[in-house]
Amino acid sequence: MKYMLIMRATDAARQDYEKADFAEIIEKMGAYNEALLKAGVMLAGDGLADSMADNFVVDFSADPPIVTDGPYGETHELFSGFWMIQVGSKEEAQEWATRCPLGPGSKLEVRRVTEMSDFGDLADHPVLKQQETWRAESGQV
Amino acid sequence: MTDVRRTVEAVWRIEGARIVATLARMTNDVVWAEDLAQEAVVDALTQWPAAGIPQNPAAWLTTVAKRTAIDAWRRRARLDDRYRHIAQGLAADPAGPEGIAADSWEPIDDDVLRLVFTACHPVLAREAQVALTLRLIGGLTSEEIARMFLVPVGTIQQRIVRAKKTLTAAQVPFEVPDPSEWRARLGSVLGVIYLIFTEGYAATSGDRWIRTDLANEALRLGRVLAGLTPREPEAHALVALMELQASRFAARVRPDGSPVLLADQDRAQWDQAQIGRGRAALARSDALGRGRASYALQAAIAECHAVAPSVPGTDWARIVLLYEVLGRIAPNPVVELNRAVAVSMATGPASALLIVDELARDGNLRGSHLLPSVRGELLARLGRSTEARAEFTAAAALTKNAREREVLLAKAAGEL
Repeated sequence: MKYMLIMRATDAARQDYEKADFAEIIEKMGAYNEALLKAGVMLAGDGLADSMADNFVVDFSADPPIVTDGPYGETHELFSGFWMIQVGSKEEAQEWATRCPLGPGSKLEVRRVTEMSDFGDLADHPVLKQQETWRAESGQV
Repeated sequence: MTDVRRTVEAVWRIEGARIVATLARMTNDVVWAEDLAQEAVVDALTQWPAAGIPQNPAAWLTTVAKRTAIDAWRRRARLDDRYRHIAQGLAADPAGPEGIAADSWEPIDDDVLRLVFTACHPVLAREAQVALTLRLIGGLTSEEIARMFLVPVGTIQQRIVRAKKTLTAAQVPFEVPDPSEWRARLGSVLGVIYLIFTEGYAATSGDRWIRTDLANEALRLGRVLAGLTPREPEAHALVALMELQASRFAARVRPDGSPVLLADQDRAQWDQAQIGRGRAALARSDALGRGRASYALQAAIAECHAVAPSVPGTDWARIVLLYEVLGRIAPNPVVELNRAVAVSMATGPASALLIVDELARDGNLRGSHLLPSVRGELLARLGRSTEARAEFTAAAALTKNAREREVLLAKAAGEL
């Protein structure tokens, strides 16, 4: 089973993070990532850029969608990074998640990644079947 | 109660190998170490439901197992240096049985590597190596292993008991092999892991054509090994091969479980992230600068498929070259057969048929469904339908996999 570990941090937590000893954070996160790698469960993992100059939000409440800088503002829980792991059970995902070296104000949202087997029932969906025909006709098999 | 069991199993999958390895280092007896560890697990299952799950479950299990070992030594009055050293270590440990200090134990990579080599020791039969590897390194229960291999639990339990007896009788030491034996022994370990993978990738028996749980276990073991032996190109190459082959899983099987041939696969379903990981692992292998051996070449072939948009768009000439090199360093009739398939795509079925006929004369693939299956394909492409149908029928009779048999019979009936 694949799980995604989604890091969310409040603004307060992020401020603490900025004040904290960077070397210590790097070391602890490094050790955690190394543990995931050595256990053979790590599939992917990345942090998301903090500096909002690179970031933007697309709001679909209008057509065309509205693009603004951000996300900024309130003490919401900012999605700041993620891991994807391959494990044998929900409990195993929980074991790994609880070992993540995060502090107060941070949360890990742990979500199972859907796989093809989840879509088994939809195999007969007309749109999916049409896609098969398109692919066959375009020679892309 | 169920939650505790599942948590213990999860902890075991993550920590089991290191716990057994640490105990094996302490006792110099892998078999006893495994028994001690299992006893500690039983204790955990008994005590944790009421007492709660400890903050550091791995340390708890290790300490409990160590204490059992020391008690046993005490009873046997084996007052040697090891006992004194461990006893002193435990006496200095500030935490008692209820609250074990989080950093009171240190897992050591080398010990896990010793465990890997022990589980795959040449004195053991292949089946035993597989079961022991999944048990000791994978941290799987006998039930889980049995389920994966579609055999009764008793069969696996017996296999493991016999394996342990063999290790004890042969007095297999807890160590990594000598430099002189390293290459061969590592090859054996890689072989065990790849055997587990291929059993899942193209299941030889049973109804399902792919057993992803087995394949994923092999991938995990492969990654663990690559982490333990980072300077071994073939360890990375094996991971690459498995990632690249596994990337096609979703496309290789229909919802009803029947197989889809490469030519018919929907490549949009190939897992691109997995292909990326596979290619990165092959690059890591190459970066070590020691050339390409068997697994690296096979991975390179799998990579050719993985990056191709379609069957006609595949670099078949390159695949032929890779198979030629593979055939020279690791001659093998199955490799030769695969080369024939590649030649048929690069050059045409007539040249390929010459290779296949030679293989048939050599007789090495007798009893395998692969040769008649390929020969049937080539004959069909040459318009020799009657002969083709005979080959497909023969192949169907030889395969042990129900799904594969269906495909071959459909071809024999001219339906595919």
